[in-house]
Amino acid sequence: MPITYTSGEQVEVYRFNWAVNIGVPAAALWLQSFLPLHFPFFKMFDLPLLVTIFFAMARRNPISGLLTGSVIGLFQDALTGLPLGINGLAKTFVGYGASSLGVKLDVENAGARFLVTLVFYVAHEIIYFMVARGLVALNLQWSWPHELVAALANAFVGVFLFFALDRFKQRT
Amino acid sequence: MESVLGRYKNLIVLVVVLFAQVLGLAVQVKRTTDTESSRLIRVWAVSAVTPFEEVFVWMHNGSGSLWHNYFYLRGVRAENRELKQQIEQLRLEQVRLSEDAAQARRLQVLFAFKEQFVSKTIAAQVIGSGGSEQSRIVYIDKGESAGVKTDMAVITVNGIVGKVLKIFRSTSQVLLIDDQSSGVGAILEKSRLQGIVRGTPAGEVVLEKIMTDESVQPGEAVLTSGGDRIFPKGLPVGVVTHVANENRADLFLNIHVRPAANLNKLEEVLVVTKVDEKEPAPSETGPVRAADILAQRLPSVPDKSTTTDAAQANGGANGAQPGVTPKASLEKGSSTPPNPARPGDGAATAASKPGTVVPARPASSSPAAKPAETTPSALKPATEQRPEPTPVKVLDASQVAAKPKQAPPPATPSPAKPQDGPQ
Repeated sequence: MPITYTSGEQVEVYRFNWAVNIGVPAAALWLQSFLPLHFPFFKMFDLPLLVTIFFAMARRNPISGLLTGSVIGLFQDALTGLPLGINGLAKTFVGYGASSLGVKLDVENAGARFLVTLVFYVAHEIIYFMVARGLVALNLQWSWPHELVAALANAFVGVFLFFALDRFKQRT
Repeated sequence: MESVLGRYKNLIVLVVVLFAQVLGLAVQVKRTTDTESSRLIRVWAVSAVTPFEEVFVWMHNGSGSLWHNYFYLRGVRAENRELKQQIEQLRLEQVRLSEDAAQARRLQVLFAFKEQFVSKTIAAQVIGSGGSEQSRIVYIDKGESAGVKTDMAVITVNGIVGKVLKIFRSTSQVLLIDDQSSGVGAILEKSRLQGIVRGTPAGEVVLEKIMTDESVQPGEAVLTSGGDRIFPKGLPVGVVTHVANENRADLFLNIHVRPAANLNKLEEVLVVTKVDEKEPAPSETGPVRAADILAQRLPSVPDKSTTTDAAQANGGANGAQPGVTPKASLEKGSSTPPNPARPGDGAATAASKPGTVVPARPASSSPAAKPAETTPSALKPATEQRPEPTPVKVLDASQVAAKPKQAPPPATPSPAKPQDGPQ
């Protein structure tokens, strides 16, 4: 089913048990830290971002979404040598946006998830770039081809990841 | 009022969270060191992630070791043969380099140079990375408890890797040299031009601050200069791959460097925990006489003390002789040319002083070398000389020179006299 505009009552709101709430973001952070050591191309992927989008869309609560994005982003920053808050800000926006979108749209099918992940990845990178350049004065270079390839790759992985994480959903 | 708050609750929370993070960023950017609060979240994150990585690396290494060391030994014999050949070649190279090193030490003593030695290192395993394209850092499994401190150099056998940025109890964060916030004092090996090695946002390594009017060739090695007070001088940084001067108005060349260490595949590293800075001890170099040099270069030296003392008795009247090959070169029958007496060489230096020692000249024309004709191998071309199957006592020139005069045992060596040396 394509992306459809539905009323708030028609979309399902899910919750997760505490082990999933902690374990899945922690596993994403661990894989993001560990896999690039052996597969350098893996730096292109952003598993914490995909997890943020998944939780935000499943819970469909903007406050919960932005807080999830904020916490995951801050912990991701903590693992880098960069100041805390660059990923935090970007993922806060993404968490808020994804959960707000989840309230209004039904994004349960693969195509919708692919498009949503693609758009939010690009949005995340733009916000990250603006914060890093504007607030922290990092010397970053923007490359549309690179960002688009990375967005496609993340969206592709996101579709499979979301279906894998669907089994942890619990109806409210 | 309540209805407004309720209506815009989501937006208000969003603004508050964003504002808090922007504020936190501003505080961190203003302060160069970590604040307590930011350090706390880093400790939590690292403590949560690194134990799993350590366990995984341990299991991976254990299974890999079992496979490679016990089951998969195909090709080991052939590899062993190749390595043995390589060792032989390296031994030859070592003979040549040891002379250069000895000369360098003598000069260092002469000019009272201080030398930096990596005297203590800790081996560490790389267990994680920053996981981001913008931040090039890795985590190692040694931290404060192992004696690691911030700003310690991290190296591999191939070259430098980075420096310790943050330390935790059992892990440390290492900033790689290809990160854009890193900087390493560097020097070009041949041209001796000094610059700064930095990372770029794209993850490349460049050498900065070399003026455009200088000439830098691709392939030239880049070493640490020691100017950053982190990396000891002389460690390999990388090799120049590309030199560009795209914008003529630029003052500096754009020099790309390929790191000597493979920064994308780091497994084990060494943390330099102690660097000694000292002058080479005079005992290491000692007063070097022409006879010592000659004795080392001859194919066989029976007894160095006797030889040198005899040479002293003879007034040290021996110079380096062309055509005489280092012992190891002879043993291997290598075509490596013998080290000629160079201007800085002890023998050559001594020989240049009139009246003290003999200038280098062909052995056949020197009376001092005449008895050496009894050992035909000494007169053969270097490439033809081979060790005899049975040990043949080869007399060096000093012994030979001492013989006709029947010098007494070397208890009281006589000072060098001008007339002692053959003319």
